[in-house]
Amino acid sequence: MDEIRKRFIQVFFVIIALLYICRLFYLQVIDDTYKLDAQNNAIRKIIQVPFRGLIYDRNKKLIVYNTPVYDLYITPKKAKVQDTLRFCSIFGITRNEFDSLTHQARVFSPVRPSLFLRQLSREEYARVQDMMVDYPGFSFQVSSLRTYQTKSMANALGYVGEISPERLAKEEEKGNDYYRQGDYVGVTGLERYYEEELRGQRGEKYMMVNSRGVEKGSFKNGEFDRDPVAGKNLISSVDIELQDYADSLMQHKVGSVVAIEPQTGEILAMVSAPTYDPTLLSGRTFSKYFQTLNLNPLHPLINRPPSAYYRPGSTFKLIQALIGLQMGVVYPSSGFSHAGAPLKCHCGGNSSNIQQGIKNSCNPYFYHVFKRIIYNNHEQNVFKKSATGLNKWNEMAARFGIGQQLGVDLPNETKGKLPSVEYYDKVYKGSLRWKFSNIYSLGIGEGEIVINPLKMANVAAIIANRGWYIRPHLVKGINNIGSIDPKYKEQISVGIDRRHFEPVIEGMIGAVNQGTVAAEARMADIQMCGKTGTSQNRRGEDHAIFIAFAPKENPKIAIAVFVENAGFGGTHAAPIASLCIEKYLKRHVERKAMETKWMNKSYLFNVLSVKSNTTTASKTTEKVNKPQPKDSTEEDYQLKNSQLSKLLLQGKQPVQPLQGHGPTKPEAILPQNKTNTLKKVIPYKIK
Amino acid sequence: MNREEQISRNLDWVTVTLFIFCVVAGWMNIYAAIYNPEHPIWIFDKGFFDTNSGKQLIWIGTTVLLIIAILVIDYRFYDTFAFFIYGFFVFLLIAVLVVGTEVKGSHSWFRIGAFQLQPAEFSKMATALALAKYLSTPQINLARFRDQLNVALIIAVPPILILVSNETGVALVFSTFMILLYREGLPGIYPGIFLSIIVLFILSLVFEEWKIYVGLAVLLGLVIWAMPRYERKTKNIVTIAAVTLCMGLFTTGVDWAVNNILKEHQRNRIRVLVDPDFDRKKTGYNVRQAKIAIGSGGLIGKGYLQGTQTKFDFVPEQSTDFIFCTVGEEFGFMGSLIVVGLFVSLLFRVIYLAERQKSRFARVYGYGVASIIFFHFLVNIGMTIGLMPVIGIPLPFFSYGGSSLWSFSILLFIFLKLDAHRSQMLSRW
Repeated sequence: MDEIRKRFIQVFFVIIALLYICRLFYLQVIDDTYKLDAQNNAIRKIIQVPFRGLIYDRNKKLIVYNTPVYDLYITPKKAKVQDTLRFCSIFGITRNEFDSLTHQARVFSPVRPSLFLRQLSREEYARVQDMMVDYPGFSFQVSSLRTYQTKSMANALGYVGEISPERLAKEEEKGNDYYRQGDYVGVTGLERYYEEELRGQRGEKYMMVNSRGVEKGSFKNGEFDRDPVAGKNLISSVDIELQDYADSLMQHKVGSVVAIEPQTGEILAMVSAPTYDPTLLSGRTFSKYFQTLNLNPLHPLINRPPSAYYRPGSTFKLIQALIGLQMGVVYPSSGFSHAGAPLKCHCGGNSSNIQQGIKNSCNPYFYHVFKRIIYNNHEQNVFKKSATGLNKWNEMAARFGIGQQLGVDLPNETKGKLPSVEYYDKVYKGSLRWKFSNIYSLGIGEGEIVINPLKMANVAAIIANRGWYIRPHLVKGINNIGSIDPKYKEQISVGIDRRHFEPVIEGMIGAVNQGTVAAEARMADIQMCGKTGTSQNRRGEDHAIFIAFAPKENPKIAIAVFVENAGFGGTHAAPIASLCIEKYLKRHVERKAMETKWMNKSYLFNVLSVKSNTTTASKTTEKVNKPQPKDSTEEDYQLKNSQLSKLLLQGKQPVQPLQGHGPTKPEAILPQNKTNTLKKVIPYKIK
Repeated sequence: MNREEQISRNLDWVTVTLFIFCVVAGWMNIYAAIYNPEHPIWIFDKGFFDTNSGKQLIWIGTTVLLIIAILVIDYRFYDTFAFFIYGFFVFLLIAVLVVGTEVKGSHSWFRIGAFQLQPAEFSKMATALALAKYLSTPQINLARFRDQLNVALIIAVPPILILVSNETGVALVFSTFMILLYREGLPGIYPGIFLSIIVLFILSLVFEEWKIYVGLAVLLGLVIWAMPRYERKTKNIVTIAAVTLCMGLFTTGVDWAVNNILKEHQRNRIRVLVDPDFDRKKTGYNVRQAKIAIGSGGLIGKGYLQGTQTKFDFVPEQSTDFIFCTVGEEFGFMGSLIVVGLFVSLLFRVIYLAERQKSRFARVYGYGVASIIFFHFLVNIGMTIGLMPVIGIPLPFFSYGGSSLWSFSILLFIFLKLDAHRSQMLSRW
C-alpha cells in the first residue's frame, strides 16, 4: 500500500517534470518567434547617415559641399528648463512651439533623446553653447547641411529635402527599401539623378537597450555593425565660371543658356533664369521659402533648359536645310524666289542659294525647301503625298533629337514635340484630311514643333561636329573623370553626310557676319557660326533664340540662348551667346561696355505684361492658315498639366500667383513630373 | 569529537551535493540577472554587497552557519519541540500583522536593519514539523475523520494568517501537504477530489460553461454505459449523476467566483494563463517577457552573462521569482534540462531518504520537505513558461532572498540531521 503510494507520488513528480521539459523544448528549440521578439525587445538599430558626395566643376572647383550643422536633442527626463522664456528667446521659438516639442519628445520616450531643433548653424551653435549649462538634458549632435557655392546653377544642381511619402511609396514599389521616413534625398536636378551615387551607404549600429530604452553598450561587440560609406563625389562638366557669367548676363531676364562642348557632349553651362538661392531650400528654411519660390510668377523653380517648351523658330531652318540637302531635294546652289509662298520675309528676295537662305533666315526659301521635302515622293494624291513626305521628314528630324529625349542626366527632361502623320490625323479627325498647305509653318520652325533649349544647344553641337553628337550630360566623372555611364561616350550620328554641313555652316557665318545677327555680337578674333530664331508665341513679344558654335574649325563650344519675350533673336539673344563664347574661349571678356549693357538689360516688363494680359495682346503676325485649334501645342501641354492644376486645387493652394489679373499661363510650362516638387508644400515639421 | 565524526559520516552527501549545486547555480544566475555589461561589478568591487548578488552571498554565508547550527543541535530537539516551533511561528505570523513592514502590498515582513525576513517562509517548515509530530503519535489513523480534522487544523492555521497579511502565493503552498497526507494514508478520494477540482477549475476557465455541461453529460453517459451490469443499480446511477451535477455546479461556481470574488489582478493572472495575448502591457507582460527570455535561449543558450532580456530589465522580478528566465536565456534548453533534472533528483533523493527512515516522524517530515520543494518547483517554473498562473513564490535555492534561502536550507538540513540519526531514532521508540 505504502509502496504503491510512494510510486504514485514519484510518477506524479516525473510526469510534471516531463511536461515541463516538453514545454521548454517547444519554447526554446522549436518555436522561433521568441528569438525575434527578444531582438525587437533589446536590440536597437541606430542609423548613421553618411556624408553626401561633393560636386566639383570641370576645373576641380568645389561647387556643392556639406557644412556641419547642429541638431539639438532633448532627453525629457533629464531636461530642466527653469526659465522657459529665456530659453525660447535664445532659440527663437515661441512658447507654444516649446511646449509642443517637449510634449512630443516625452510621448516618444522620456529617457531617449529626441530631436528638438534641427540644423542650427555654426554661429547659432557658438552663441548658445555657453548657455547650455543652464539647461541639462539638451545635447547637440552634428549633422550636415547641403551648401552651394553658387546660386547660378541652382536648378541644374537641384536641392535635397526630406523624402515625400509619395516618393517613399514609389521607391518601395520598385523594391527599393533603402529609404525611410525622414531621410534626406535629392529632390530635383543632379541631386536627384545621381541620388544613388551621392547618398553613399548608410551605416548601421546595433545597440542593446534595456526595458526603458536606455542604451547599454553595443550588441556582440559590434559584430553586425556597418560603418557608413560616404557618398561618391561628382565631377561636373560645368565650367562654373562660365555658368556664373552666363547667369549674370541672364539677370532681369527669363530664359536659358545652355553651352555644350561638342566633341564630348559635356554641358559647360546650364543657366535657367531666373534662378534662386539654393541655400534657401536647404534645411530649416525650406518651408519658409519653398512656397514663395513656387508661387513666383517667373517660376524660378523650373529648370528651363531641359524642361521648358518653346517653338524653335528660325533656328529650325538649319535642320530643314540639312534634311533637304541629304534628301537631295535642294542643292547648295538652289535658289527660290518669294513667289508663291504664303510667308512674309524681310530679306529682299535675293536668297539665291542655301547659304543666303540661312544668312537671311528667309521664310519663303524654307517654305520651298520644306515643300520639296514633303513632296519628294511618287504618291499622286496630294494628301497621300503630304503624309508620306511628312513621315520621311519626321524620321530624319527625329534623329536630331527633336521630339525625343536626349537622355541628359537630369530628371524631368521633356521630349518636346515633333508632329507626325498620326498627330495631324488626329487633329484633322481622320487620315488624308490634311496636306502640305496645312502644315507648311513647320518649315520655318513654327506650328506644332516644340523643343527645349537643351535640344537646340545639342543641334548647334551636331552642326559643330558635322553630323554627330554625344548625349549631353552634366557629369563627366563619378569620383574620377571618365567613370560615367557608357551612353555618355557613344557618338550618335544624325544621318546627314558631312559634306552637307559646309554650306549650312557658311550660311551661319553669313548670318553672324552680315545677316540677321546684331553687329555687336560679332567678334573680331573668334569666328562664331550662329543662327537666330524668333519663336512666336500667342501673347506678348516673341522669344529671342540664338544657337551658335565657335570657332568654326574644331569647335570648342556650342551654345543656345533663349530669352523669353525679348523679341528678335539676332538682337536680343545673340549678344549674350557671343559674350559667353568669348568668356569661355578667352577666359575673360574684353567688351566690358557690352557686358554691362547686357547684364543690366531687362525684359521682365515684357514677361510680366504677358502674364497680366490674359486674353488680348495676341500677336497677329501669324497670318498663316493654321489648323484648329489655333495654337494646338500650347493647349496640348496645358492639358497635360491638368494633373498639376488639380493638385493645386486639392491642396487649396491659390492657383493664381501674385499677379491679380485673372489666370495666367506660364510661358514655360511645368512638365508633368514636376508635380512631386509641388506636393512638398506640406508644412515643414521638426521631428 | 566522536559525535562530529558521526555526523559527517552519516550525513547524506548526495543531497548535500545537490543542494550545493542548486545554491551555486542560483547565485550565478542572480549575478547574471543583475549584471550590467557597462559597469560589471565583481565581488571585490566597491558596492558589490549592495547588489542582489552581493547580498545573496551574505545570505549564503549565513546559511552555512545556520546549517552548522542545525547539525550541531541534538536531533531530538526537532522532535521534542515540534509543536513549540509551530506555535512560535504561528505567533510570529500574528505578530507580523501588528509590527511588520509592508513590502509590495503584503504585510508580512520583519525588518531587521537592512534585511527583511518573512516568517511565512519559515512557517512551511514549522507546519511540516508539527504534522510529522502529530502523525507520529501512535494510533493516529488518517482514515479517521477526527484525525483528519486535527490535521486540517494544523495545516490551515498558518495559511489563513498568511492570507490575512496578503501573501496569497505562500498560502497556496500549504495545499502541497496533500501529497504528504496521501503518503501517510489519507484516503485516495481526497487527492482525487482535489485534483479533479483543479482540472475542472482550469476547464471552466478555458471552455464556456455550456460546453462543460455537455461534456459532463457525455461523460456521465459513458460511465453508466461502461458499468458492469450488476453495478448498474438505481442507487449507484443516482450517486454518479449527483456527483456529475456537483461538478457542473462547481464550474458555474468557479465562473461566478472568478468574476465576483477574485481581485482584479488575480483574475487577470488566471486569464493570462488561458489567453496568452491578453493584456500584453500589464498582467500579460510578465509572462510574455518571461517566455521571450526563455524562448530566445535556444538549445544551448546565449552564454553566461550574454542574455539580453533578463539583463536589461525586460523580465520583472528576474532575480527572485523569475530567476528561471536567466537560466533559460543564458543556458538554453540544456541548462533548463539540467535545472529540472537537479530538482527531480533532489525530490527523488529526499523521497528515498524518507522511505528509509525508521521513525514515522522523520519519514513524514521527509515527505513534507519533498512536497514543499515540489510545489515551489511546480509553480515557479510553471509560471515562467506559461503553464501556471503568476504566483509570487520563489524557486528553492535559486531565487534571490534571505528568507527563502534560509527557510529551504533549514527545511532540508533538519531532515538531513534526522536522517543522519535514523538508527538512533528507532531506539527511542
